[in-house]
Amino acid sequence: MAATTLEAAASARPTTQPRGRRRAARIVLYAFLVLSAFVVLLPVIWMVFTSVKPERDIVTHPSELIPTHWTLDNYRQVLEQIPFARQFLNTVVFAGGVTVFSLLFDSMTAYALARLDFPGKKVLFLLVLLFLMVPSQVTLVPVYQLIAKLGLVNTFPGLIMPRATNAFGIFFLRQFFLGLPNDMSEAARIDGASEWRIYWQIILPLARPALLTLGLFHFMYNWNDLLWPLVLTTTSTMQTLPAGLALFTGEHVVQYGLVMAGATMAMLPMIVAFLLVQRRFIEGIATTGIK
Amino acid sequence: MSLQTSTAGRATRLARPAGRRPRRRSSFRRRQYLSAYGFIAPSVVILGAFMVWPMISSLRLSFYQSSGFGPSTFVGLDNYRTMFEDPTFRSDLWRTLLYAVIVTPITVGLALMFAIMLDRRLHGRSFFRAALFLPAVLSLAVMSIAWTFLLDPQVGLLPNWFAPLDVSFGNGLADPHRALAYVMVVGIWKNVGFYMVMYLAGLTTIPRELYEAADVDGVTPFEKFRYITWPLLANTSAFVFIIAGIAALQAFDQVFVMTRGGPYFQTETLVYLIYRDGFQNFQFGSASAVAWVLVVIVFIISLVQNAYFSRRQVTY
Repeated sequence: MAATTLEAAASARPTTQPRGRRRAARIVLYAFLVLSAFVVLLPVIWMVFTSVKPERDIVTHPSELIPTHWTLDNYRQVLEQIPFARQFLNTVVFAGGVTVFSLLFDSMTAYALARLDFPGKKVLFLLVLLFLMVPSQVTLVPVYQLIAKLGLVNTFPGLIMPRATNAFGIFFLRQFFLGLPNDMSEAARIDGASEWRIYWQIILPLARPALLTLGLFHFMYNWNDLLWPLVLTTTSTMQTLPAGLALFTGEHVVQYGLVMAGATMAMLPMIVAFLLVQRRFIEGIATTGIK
Repeated sequence: MSLQTSTAGRATRLARPAGRRPRRRSSFRRRQYLSAYGFIAPSVVILGAFMVWPMISSLRLSFYQSSGFGPSTFVGLDNYRTMFEDPTFRSDLWRTLLYAVIVTPITVGLALMFAIMLDRRLHGRSFFRAALFLPAVLSLAVMSIAWTFLLDPQVGLLPNWFAPLDVSFGNGLADPHRALAYVMVVGIWKNVGFYMVMYLAGLTTIPRELYEAADVDGVTPFEKFRYITWPLLANTSAFVFIIAGIAALQAFDQVFVMTRGGPYFQTETLVYLIYRDGFQNFQFGSASAVAWVLVVIVFIISLVQNAYFSRRQVTY
């Protein structure tokens, strides 16, 4: 609304900004945005197109963006050469497992921090703030050693456990819980409901948007993560897709068509998820930074 | 970003006189303590085992010579001394800082520019926003494979397209003088959209009336940016600069995929060094020492940026 009045006001003053110049500025802006969007999307477009090109078309000079011959051979081959289905499943279990456990444990701790009193609460919250700043690479070596000592290298529990709770998630949900109205849980408390019940039946349903946003963050981050799965898995049957594809390109004379078919399939869930929940996703990110 | 603890509720509750039925009240409180500990137990155990203990352990490890398999011996500050005398570490440290100093402002600047462009009413606005944001949801490791090929000097698309313009891509990623720049470009490409979204959220908090008043006064667009937009975005900028800076200091994925730190270590970052030391050479002690250097840098930068931006904190 404000914007319309602004534009109306602007067009009412043709003397300060001539019509023609404004239109020219607009065209320049559009041209710039179209070019930027193309540059940003280029690797994605290239990935998808290359995945349906025959190999001989990919390595010819000069190479082209849009395929002249279309084929699904690369998809057939990648399923034979990399244990793709297995790695896809690994990624789903890893990212999904981390998301589920982390949402549960993060929200439990966030509930206690936002809604309950207990000795040591302040210390715990300060530690959470501190952990927000610690780069994950610092704990990489000892966590790996601990997992190795437990005999959990190359296992899902080993991959998932260290990430089953997360300082960012606790902080994010605590802020959200603080903003929820208090009267419903107070009423339930007076009626004798246990804290667990208040958490499960009142707070969690109210927090669904925040949980969805955080869940998307967790899922996306772990789906895409490279270093942790790379370090913790040594067999191609336990690798996640990013680790598997990264190692595959490093070890072989790269057949780009084949790798790009794998990459397209690996990124498809992220692209689809993004398109489905794009608005929520973008809003979610926006709210994490702003108080 | 407001990080203050909310102890107000607790304080009032404690300050209140014990009430008419003190016994009942204290048993209620004890019950609440118990259930609170139940709620935090899983996170505390996990954070203790995989965060607190590893931090202590990695600090301890950095004073030992440890291959992780044989017995480790205490070597005091030797790991740190050897590290700082090692030209590879020194140039990796320098390179990581250089990477952060170049990549952070460019990424944030582009993010702010696109946010301002896409804040106004525009046909196709949501398409442009989504397109610019897309890299943020994609795996940097996987997309780096695509970038590797796009930059290939023989068959890559970009050198081929730019050849008529006489723009040379050198020897691509094998070019020791250019590889770092390519790695930086990919790092910027990945994050611009993410920070743009944060700036878009920040822009919505600026009251429209300010711009309207500025229009009435005939203020130029640049002055509007300089005196309205930029100062009122100080809070958002503080947050974005800190997370962008920390992310830049941790560059790894595209380096691993595109260059493996090469050619001639010209793209090796500190995190890559941690990986190489720890998980290829199994020198866990010196890998931990490098990791702690990274912690110290991240802390210093967070503190400095916080101090700088909190001076210019605005409330309105």
